[in-house]
Formats: sequence, C-alpha cells, structure tokens
Amino acid sequence: MKKFLLTASAAALALAASAGYAAARDQIQIVGSSTVFPFTTAVAEKLGQSGKIKTPVVESTGTGGGMKLFCQGVGENTADFTNASRAIKDSELKTCKANGVTPVEIKVGFDGIVLANSKAGTVVDLTKEQIFKALAKNVAVDGKVVPNPYTSWSDVDASLPATKIEVLGPPPTSGTRDAFVELVMDAACQEEVKAANEKGCGEIREDGAFVEAGENDNLIVQKLEANPNAFGVFGFSFLDQNADKLQGHKVDGVEPTFENIASGDYGVSRSLFVYAKKEHVGVIPGMQEFIAEYTSEAAWGPDGYLADKGLIPLPDDERAKWAEDAKALKGMGS
Amino acid sequence: MTDAISSFGAVGRPVSIHTDDAAKARLKGRYRTETWFKWLGAAAVAVAGLFLVLLLSTIVTQAIPALRQNYLTLPIDLSAAKVDPAKLDEVNYDAIAQEALTAKFPDVTSRQDKRLLRGLISTGTGVFLRKDIAADPGMLGGTVDYAVPLDDFADLYLKGLLADVGSDEAISTSVTPSQTSGDIDLTFGDDAMLALARGHGATEGENGRLTLTSGASSLLVAFNGGTVKLTALSPAANGTVIAKGTVIEALDSTAPAASGQAFLRVIETPEASRKISDKVIVWLDTLKSAGLIESRFNSIFFFTGASREPELAGVWGAVVGSFLTMIVTLAIAFPIGVSAAIYLEEFAPKNRLTTMIEVNINNLAAVPSIVFGLLGLAVFLNFFGMPRSAPVVGGMVLALMTLPIIIIASRASLRAVPPSIREAALGIGASKVQTVFHHVLPLAMPGIMTGTILGMAHALGETAPLLMIGMVAFIVDIPGGFTDPATILPVQIFMWADFPEAGFQQKTSAAILILLVFLVIMNAIAVILRRRFERRW
Repeated sequence: MKKFLLTASAAALALAASAGYAAARDQIQIVGSSTVFPFTTAVAEKLGQSGKIKTPVVESTGTGGGMKLFCQGVGENTADFTNASRAIKDSELKTCKANGVTPVEIKVGFDGIVLANSKAGTVVDLTKEQIFKALAKNVAVDGKVVPNPYTSWSDVDASLPATKIEVLGPPPTSGTRDAFVELVMDAACQEEVKAANEKGCGEIREDGAFVEAGENDNLIVQKLEANPNAFGVFGFSFLDQNADKLQGHKVDGVEPTFENIASGDYGVSRSLFVYAKKEHVGVIPGMQEFIAEYTSEAAWGPDGYLADKGLIPLPDDERAKWAEDAKALKGMGS
Repeated sequence: MTDAISSFGAVGRPVSIHTDDAAKARLKGRYRTETWFKWLGAAAVAVAGLFLVLLLSTIVTQAIPALRQNYLTLPIDLSAAKVDPAKLDEVNYDAIAQEALTAKFPDVTSRQDKRLLRGLISTGTGVFLRKDIAADPGMLGGTVDYAVPLDDFADLYLKGLLADVGSDEAISTSVTPSQTSGDIDLTFGDDAMLALARGHGATEGENGRLTLTSGASSLLVAFNGGTVKLTALSPAANGTVIAKGTVIEALDSTAPAASGQAFLRVIETPEASRKISDKVIVWLDTLKSAGLIESRFNSIFFFTGASREPELAGVWGAVVGSFLTMIVTLAIAFPIGVSAAIYLEEFAPKNRLTTMIEVNINNLAAVPSIVFGLLGLAVFLNFFGMPRSAPVVGGMVLALMTLPIIIIASRASLRAVPPSIREAALGIGASKVQTVFHHVLPLAMPGIMTGTILGMAHALGETAPLLMIGMVAFIVDIPGGFTDPATILPVQIFMWADFPEAGFQQKTSAAILILLVFLVIMNAIAVILRRRFERRW
C-alpha cells in the first residue's frame, strides 16, 4: 500500500512536470463575462455536437477578468476568445496591443436590464428619473444635495404605490450593475448631484433600500417570489425564463419585451460582445468554425437557438455587417 | 452566618450552612439550573436537527423529479432514401426525428406551430441517433421505433412542475360545434359553463358576454376526437350558451356531442404565466394518451457531461473530474504530509526552527482556500506554464490546501502512541527508523487515515481555489486524463444554480445529493477505520 502510494505520487509529480510541455492545445479556450456565458456555452456545445472540433472550454470570469486573461499575450497558455458585456476599453485595447494581441470585435446581440417583481405585486410604470431618485445615494431636494430621504415609492412620486422601496440588485463587481448605473443612474442624474460630487451619479444608496443580492440572478428571482413588494434588477433572460413568476416594469412607458429590446425602444439595454484573438486563427484548431457558428443565422438569428436562450438579436443589417467583419477577421486598431 | 452554625433547628439536628433554608434554596437553584441546561441543550440539538431535516427534505424533494426523464417513442425512417450508409456523418438526424414527430400531427401546418411542435423533442436527439446508429448499424434500412428524450419544458410539464392541470370532467350537456377547424362556435345545452368561466378569471363584457384572455385559466373542451380552446362565452336563447373557440386539434365531425360525451379540462395556471402554451399541452396529452410517452430512469443525468440544455445535462463529467483531481491530491498530500509529520514528531530536534515550522503549519490550516488558488495561478500556471482547467493543477492546489490538515492529524495520532512502545523497541535493539516504521506508524495509521479522509472530504467540497485556475468552466467533454480540461462536482452545482432555465433547479438538487452521498461515504469510512483499528491505551 505504502509503496503503491509512493509510486503513484512520483508518477503524479512526473506527470505534472511534463504537463507544461504537452502537445499543442487542440481545444478552444474562452473566458469572460458571466452575462454572455449562457450564450457562448450554447454555441460551444452545438459546435462540439457537430463533431467538427472538440467542444470549447468556456470560463465565466467576468468581463474585466476576461480581458486581462485575453490581453495577456499570444500563445497556447492564453485564451482564444473573451466574452464581454461592454465594449473593450481603450486601456484594455492598449494592453492587448502592447502584448501583440489583435482582438477581432464581434457584436453578438443585446441584453435588456429589467426591473421586475413577483406577479403577486403590482406592476408600475417608472421613469429613469424616478428610479434615480429611489436608488441614488444622494439626491437633490429643493436645490440642495442631501442623503436620499425617500423610504417609499410614493415619496418619490405621488403616482407610485405607497410601498417601501426595496430593490434587490447585483453588487458593484457585476457587469449588470455597471450597465445599470450607466444606462439609468448616469442618464437620469440630477444636475445638482452631478455638480456636487464627481462620482455621485453612480453611487447607489447603502441604507438598506437597495440590497446587493449577489451575482446569482436565480437567487434574486427566488427572493422576489417570497417578497411581492420587492423589486429586482437583473438581465432580461431571467425574466424571460421566469415569466410564470415575475413581471417586468415599464421604464419610460416601454415594457421590457423581446420585441421592444430588439427594436431599441426599451431604454435600458446594452450590447454584448465576443472578442477573438486574430493571432490564434490557424494555430488553435476551430477558431474560424467557432466564429462562423456564432455568426450563423441558426445561432444568433431571430429564430436561432440563442434567441431561445434569451439573447436579443441585432437588426438584420447589423448582423450581416458584423458577420462579414468577423469572417474577414477585421482586427481592431490595425 | 455564624449564628446559623451555633443555633439548633426544630428537629434537633445542628443547622449548618449546608442544611439551612438558604442552602436548600441554593440546592434547588442548582438543580433548576441543571434542568434548564439539559432542556436548552436538548432544544439546541432539536433545532439543529430540524434545520438538517428541513434542508435535506428540500433537497431530496427537489431532486426526485431529476431522477426520471420522459421519452417519446417515434417511428424513425432510417431507410436508404433518408440515410446514406456511406455518409453517416453527413445526415441531419434531427430533421429525420422532427419529420417523424410532425407526421403524427398532420393538422399542424403553420410555420410557427411546426416550430413549436419540433421544440417538443430535445435538441440532442440527432446526437443520440447518430451515436446509436454508429453502435448498431442494424438499425439502418427501415423504420425503427426509437425513444427520444423530450425537451425540458415538455418534461417538466409532464412531471407536473409547470402548470396546474385539473382532471378531465364530463360536460353534462350537449355540445354542438359549427365547424371542425379554425375559429368556431360551440353551442352548449345549458348555461353551467358561464358560472365555470366566471370562476376561472373570465372578464365580464356587455350583455353577459365573458372573455377568456391569456390572463385567465384555459378552458379546453375535448370531444369528437379533437380539442377546442374557449375564448369567449355569451348567453343565448333558451338558456343555451354560445361559445367562441379556437380548434387546437381538428374535430372528426360537426355532429353534436351528447351529454357526457364531451370533456372539459381546466388548466388553472393562466397561459400568460407559464412557459408552455395550450397547444403544446394538448399535443403532449395526445401523445401521452396514445401511450407514446414513457418516463424512464434518467441515465442521461448520471452518465453524460455538462450541457446547456437541462434535459441533456449530466454529472458524469464532473464526477470523473472530481475523481481525477482527488487522485492527484491524495497522491501528493498523503505521502508528503505523513513524511513531514513523522520527521517533525519523531526525528526533528526541538529548536526554534522546528517550533516556527510548527506554528506556520497550524497557521496554514487556517488560510482561506482562495489564497491557495492564487498561489496555484501564480506558480503552476504562470511560472511552470501548466495547462488551465486541468485536474492535475487542481489536484496540486487542493493538495497544498489539505497538507496542513494531514500533517496536524498525523502528528496528533503519532503523539498518541505511548512512549513505552518506542522504548521497548529501542530496548531490544531496533534502530530509530525501525522503531518508527515497524511499531509506531502501524499503530498510528488508523488516526492518520481518518485525518486524511476528512481532509480529502474537505477538498472534495471546495470550489474557491479552483476558480483562479480555470476549473470553474463549462466543459462538455468527459475528461480522459489528468491534463484534459475538467470541472468538479461542487463547481457543476454552482454553475447549474446560476443558469436561468427552470429545468436546472432539479438538476442542481440532484447533483447536491450526489455530492452529499460521496461525502457521507468518505466520512463513514473514516468512522469505520477509527472504530475497527484504533487502539486505546
């Protein structure tokens, strides 16, 4: 027994040592946003099922973490694709370039951010200004910037129900939170607040009215079911999949539906991206097949399987343009 | 106090501080405290037990539906015209299976309805068919009855998890349709339907007209071999009711159905509030009553890898990944941990250096596990250039994490071997090494094993350190070796809990159950080892 274990451990160590020098990687590695993760995994699985290449490995590291791994450099130990729930930042592109990485940008679709509550609660029609007033850390009252004094929705606006403000949302580390802040809080920021504090617009109140419910959107869904007065902030796909339990609130008079987000009428939506590493095309097998599968009508089209998963497709002309650019491997900043 | 000692009580016995009234009160108080404490202790155990039962029963009840999967048997045409035996890989098997399904419903013609109908069977059907044909080419050349897994929504509906469906009830009046398909009028012999519709959320209109919107329960009338969904009802002459309806399944004829010949089915959950439409429900019920759907043991769940489709997702990939990772962990942590413990306990001189090492080992055992992940990322991946997502790296990181636990447990059990054993061995001329390996170590082994198993169980449930080295990933292929990308059971649970599809909820619970079973087995082995082999002095 002891001898066996000693031999086994020696073997394991030898194996570990040799692992770094294993044969060339034959499997695509993808990192990045947890919002794009459900869609990219679906594409990866489809491609694997077709038997053309080995199923790509998809990690959910968050947009920022993914960019870091992606821009690290060129070579087998770096990721081939990264998912992003926002466009690449200039600083990230600079890092990429410095490390010899040329990203190929592919815009894959839209994601709506919804405010929803349990079907047992009332549905309301909110404006971005009302959402800002309900959730900002500091608001302007009579021209003065004060810590948010509103405790119930009717304090914010008389037309809203007299229920306590209770909103469950993602923590600051989440891309959904970034997008929510950008699309709602910054957009509807009051002049006084903007003037008073440089980062005042993005600050969300911390007095218990906004509850950071963690990155797991399913958890928010369950909590909303239990508490009909609470509102939740999360991605559209969770509303879509839980249509039996939840209802989405109108924002600026537009209902968060598939059609309204696709047409751009619904104001709180963002674009989702996938970045490919141009240098790996032809080195890691399957790069082009993956791009072709993602940009095929069967995947990202209005009737494609990604739409079933909750991805909101781009308009026809944009899809055609992005597909063409992706196929031509049009690198960024070159 | 002093006069209590010097005075005498009524019975003539001297009253001391141990027997006077105050003492009796104190004694009573002591007993009371003891009783209280016993009760509080029992209550604490009861509360803990209650939570455990609650937790386990929630997980088990949630997990049970995942153990079975509904299959639909379809006659699949695999004749040479459809499948060219020379080009098996180029055949669109999904299309063949979908054709077999649409052939069952010749009335379904619109593009949208066909899409809905095709969605009834799993998108993995083609993959299964291709695999089975490759394994058994005898299937080719004719039509075979083949069971395909149903899509997750169809499956959940049949398990009763998507909508509340009442049983079929006979309608005690005659029903006369105006047409056999399309939007039709139904004439009911009496007005009982009006009250029924009101009870199910119908909207009142002018002249007693009732409208059933998608926010109300669905009322389906089945007769003459077809099904009609009611959309509106209005009272007519002679106490009859004329209902507007949409035919979901075509009727055989426009002949009136006599009292008791038509059946009403109420789907309580409004159509707007569920992910499955009335049409799909009717189709599924038709298939089910034709005996084509059967519920089987869910072998997909136990023997396949991950998937984005709930009905195709399995734990096998994660189980294999966990197994490979644990082998590496054990192979590294056990020999190193035990050797270190033996050296520190039996051979090392007691000086400042060894004391410092000892303190550090104890500190390492308390380091948050994510730190080991960061270490793994910096050293194994970035410095040694080892592959991401590989069980060998995961195993090494977890080995670092379990090492202190194993060393501490091993040292404790070596220390528990009485010095007399060592002295006796040394006394009859054994060398120090002989003493340790022939006498001390065998006696300490049960304790060492117990510590190791508990350390391994701890490592089995860990996800945080693996996050940094890329093992928290979506990996479909089942790992075949130590350097293949792999994930592990707790990670699989974490990812399934995060997917939006409702079908993953049951899978999550079932996977938790599997992980719990492994942990219970490991802990049971530890207990048995301790009971059977431990020596007490």
